[in-house]
Amino acid sequence: MTPMLALVGVEVRYGAIPALREVDIEVRQGEIVALLGANGAGKTTTLRTISGLVRPSKGAVLLNGRRVDQVPAHQVVGLGIGHVPEGRRIFPRMSVLENLQIGAYHRRGVTQAELDHIFELFPILRERRNQEGGTLSGGEQQMLAIGRALMSKPQLLLLDEPSMGLAPLVVEAIFDIIERIRDEGTTVLVVEQNAAQALQLADRGYVLENGSVVMADDAETLLGDERVRVAYLGEGAA
Amino acid sequence: MCFTENFMQYLVNGLANGFLYALIALGYTLVYGVLQLINFAHSEVFMSGGFAGYFVLQAVVGRQPHGLMSVLMIVLGIVAGACGGGLIAFLLERVAYRPLRRRKAPKLAFLISAIGASYFLFNLAGKEFGRTSLSVPYIFNGTNSGIAFTFLGAQVQTMYLIWAAAAIVLLVSLDRVVAKTKLGQGIRAVAEDAETASLMGVNIDRVISQAFVLGGLLGGAAGFLYALNFGVVYTMGFTPALKAFTAAVLGGIGNLRGAMLGGLVLGVAESLPLSCVNFNWQDVIAFGILIVVLLFRPMGLLGERLGRSA
Repeated sequence: MTPMLALVGVEVRYGAIPALREVDIEVRQGEIVALLGANGAGKTTTLRTISGLVRPSKGAVLLNGRRVDQVPAHQVVGLGIGHVPEGRRIFPRMSVLENLQIGAYHRRGVTQAELDHIFELFPILRERRNQEGGTLSGGEQQMLAIGRALMSKPQLLLLDEPSMGLAPLVVEAIFDIIERIRDEGTTVLVVEQNAAQALQLADRGYVLENGSVVMADDAETLLGDERVRVAYLGEGAA
Repeated sequence: MCFTENFMQYLVNGLANGFLYALIALGYTLVYGVLQLINFAHSEVFMSGGFAGYFVLQAVVGRQPHGLMSVLMIVLGIVAGACGGGLIAFLLERVAYRPLRRRKAPKLAFLISAIGASYFLFNLAGKEFGRTSLSVPYIFNGTNSGIAFTFLGAQVQTMYLIWAAAAIVLLVSLDRVVAKTKLGQGIRAVAEDAETASLMGVNIDRVISQAFVLGGLLGGAAGFLYALNFGVVYTMGFTPALKAFTAAVLGGIGNLRGAMLGGLVLGVAESLPLSCVNFNWQDVIAFGILIVVLLFRPMGLLGERLGRSA
């Protein structure tokens, strides 16, 4: 079966510096896949390449077997890829409601039922719906960023460091929601520094080092792997 | 006594000019919001609006219109001016800016391109339409400059009422468009965070073009309103547009309401001292205000609200 998402031999360069080399990644329908690695390993670049913000110099990105690596970023969302960028990047001067509406910018008409669904996932957003996005706490902003991406009705959701800078309890709540999103039918590719928690959530994982995939396996296998334990679970496994 | 003498008259004159500055200033601030760039060719958008209104009225006005016909002609002129300004703004973005953006040119290249486009356009107008001032046909009040009424000692020209009415309608419309429509949402999203906006499906190129056209519509309308009083000439854009730029900075560049407020404040601030000093001081005062504001409040009166994201 064709995987939902496939990166085949993807290479990305920032000028002379290679950021990704020969990266092969597959995400199948209904999976949660974790992308792990240290700072600067190329995790964010991978997501940015998938959503068209960065063009690969070699290789291809395929969505359901169709090449998408030359599609302009603003059209990628219409193909069913929702991206929650690193640092949340909500629109700070727009209201929570407007942030959600703009998630559906590429399609016509936002129904109340769609908003209600987001508010059901994140009840706090309903309370804050008329507040400016910039006034929310970090966790609330992360919820808003996820809600905003869900408003585009993605088949594949890209999450870049959803736990960044958040308190453990909030992280747990966010990870629960990610699981629920998958159970509702959205495939998830999540980038995380918090490897232990990410692998507990994920079905499979990839480990990036210096722009290359150095390990790819089931999440459980990776969790048990000696090298992963030493490199990524040592400090994050609180 | 100086300053209190004819205070109301200078206030009324200043407000009237201020409405025009506000309309032009919005063009600067809209483009700055989405591109962080000052469109120094906006003066020629204004001029184009003046000429468009002039030519359309030349073509349709026979005998001097009265009453309802006058109103109709004013509206026609404003629409023609807006279309002329919008068209030139659209072309400017396509020809003078977009190719540079594609090539990721440095900011200085945009500035030079803008100045080049500006000189090209006003010299082209000078060559095609002559280098002397042309009067817009009289369409109301005998000579377009009659007095409507006297208010607390200030003579209020019919012209001023037209300026104020047209500007208020346009300013409120723009404010609503930006706040309530999908087009406005796209403009605000790009101004806040262009890259994230593109992830949401916002076509940045299209939004930039829309911002130019919206600003061009208002600037072109202002060009016609100005021409009603002062006529049209190829250099007409230079001073009003530079002052409107001042107004935009005064209000906080990138901030739409700031541009409106800045326009009115500048109009009044450059007008009131004229009760004490010679009329020739007007432009000196206007640009003196720019320098003083920049010294003490570089972000302008209301700050960069629409402005760039972190």
